[in-house]
Amino acid sequence: MNSFSPLYAKRRRRNAITMGLAYGATGLGLTWLVIILGVLMWEGVSGLSWAVFTEMTPPPGSAGGLLNPIAGSLVMTVIAVLIGTPLGILAGTYMAEYGRFDKLTTVVRFINDILLSAPSIVIGLFIYEVMVAQMGHFSGWAGAVSLAVIVVPVVVRTTEDMLILVPDSLREAAASIGLPRSLMIQRVAYRAARAGMITGVLLAVARISGETAPLLFTALNNQFWSLNLNAPVSSLPVVIFQFALSPYKDWQSLAWTGALIITFAVLALSIVARILAAPRKSS
Amino acid sequence: MTVAAITVPTVTHALSQDENLVEKVSVRNLDFFYGDHRALKSISVPLYHGKVTAFIGPSGCGKSTLLRVLNRMYDLYPNQRATGHVTLDNANILSTSQDLNLLRAKVGMVFQKPTPFPMTIFENVAFGIRLYEKMSKSELEDRVRHALERAALWDEVKDKLGANGLSLSGGQQQRLCIARTVAVRPEVILFDEPCSALDPISTAKIEELIDDLKDDYTIAIVTHNMQQAARVSDFTAFMYLGELVEFGETTRIFTTPSDRRTQDYITGRFG
Repeated sequence: MNSFSPLYAKRRRRNAITMGLAYGATGLGLTWLVIILGVLMWEGVSGLSWAVFTEMTPPPGSAGGLLNPIAGSLVMTVIAVLIGTPLGILAGTYMAEYGRFDKLTTVVRFINDILLSAPSIVIGLFIYEVMVAQMGHFSGWAGAVSLAVIVVPVVVRTTEDMLILVPDSLREAAASIGLPRSLMIQRVAYRAARAGMITGVLLAVARISGETAPLLFTALNNQFWSLNLNAPVSSLPVVIFQFALSPYKDWQSLAWTGALIITFAVLALSIVARILAAPRKSS
Repeated sequence: MTVAAITVPTVTHALSQDENLVEKVSVRNLDFFYGDHRALKSISVPLYHGKVTAFIGPSGCGKSTLLRVLNRMYDLYPNQRATGHVTLDNANILSTSQDLNLLRAKVGMVFQKPTPFPMTIFENVAFGIRLYEKMSKSELEDRVRHALERAALWDEVKDKLGANGLSLSGGQQQRLCIARTVAVRPEVILFDEPCSALDPISTAKIEELIDDLKDDYTIAIVTHNMQQAARVSDFTAFMYLGELVEFGETTRIFTTPSDRRTQDYITGRFG
């Protein structure tokens, strides 16, 4: 084993160093994740109780739960996804299937990328201007729309990326039996890209379920039970923001619990999505 | 456009006297461009009904490009265009009024890499049938079965028609693609190097299949494998650098080629 040439020995050393760095980076990333989840569990679980899901947010010093923000978040998230997903999928489909070689696609992709990384507070301000200021009051609709604006670019991006990954040979095969393009997209390309596209929508859900800034300017908050979308609506991130910054111990505890709920909701959603999106085994 | 000077390279006359050759597809003075690059140079060649025509030649000679003109597959991409005349049953398929989906239902294609759709075996075949014909469930099942039988795949998949097409082996997938093509009842079938991703046993099966199919269809096959061309085809066209160098009966091309370049290629001196 001493016949390693110096060149080979050097290569082995370099390999060992690179691998060490890669392991180190992975470890560092995972450490923070584990610490965050650990602290979240530690602080959040103690506050978990049935009341969290059945009672309204309390005034400081009295008992209560998170029912109104949970419901508000759910409703606004669902509406945002219902608005944003079709728009995103249609735009992504245009870019990947119809306009792949067009200049317009390059422009749209560029703008979409800007939108993708736009600070969400800017989106909140924008919706504040166009909806809240016009309507004269904060509202759940404005909250849902501002979340939808965040959903669209995520879905556009993943839809386009996933459709581009569908090999052209499959498109040609579909064309070769006389399949019109629209049917090819619906029946072949979407099916081949399904897992990735669903993941994209869920990524968007994960992204908006933690968004606070756009909701502060749009849906604001509501101490009481209200699903009236023409009025301010409570949401988990905003309540967490408000409660975590408060000096009251019981509010802080509820904030931790709320954070835990969001985290596990997103986790559960991801797991469900993976199961749904997994390629079907032969029956 | 003029159809003047139809320069089909000489077809052996002895044969045309024996049988009535029906020219199903005629390519006349076909030029093809990828942007500014002229990939096909005034190609003229016939495809006869009930016969297999092989296109051979070194990589980049334009044989796949020619095949992709015959079902206008190139139309899927920008900056690709064909000029000249290509007729199917005397109708010009290059005309802008040609309905591409109807054309492709008539001119089927089997690709180099097996490309089953991400759906069940049954659906892979039924899909194309349902596109153009309405029928009862049992009729559809018959058609699917018939197509799978034609592709010599039925016995292997009859108990798992609900399985995903992608769960089959490479050779089975390719036969599934042939079944899918046949199911639409095309008149012409184009094979674009159908065996280059397959093992020898699967290759033999596909070749046998092509032989079985040829009575009912007009078949064109592009292949890199000269033995394959010799085995499966009745006519052979040798292409080189975008030109059709020689066309004729396969036996003649492989025994007494008239062009020096053909001779060099089939004897392995280049390519």
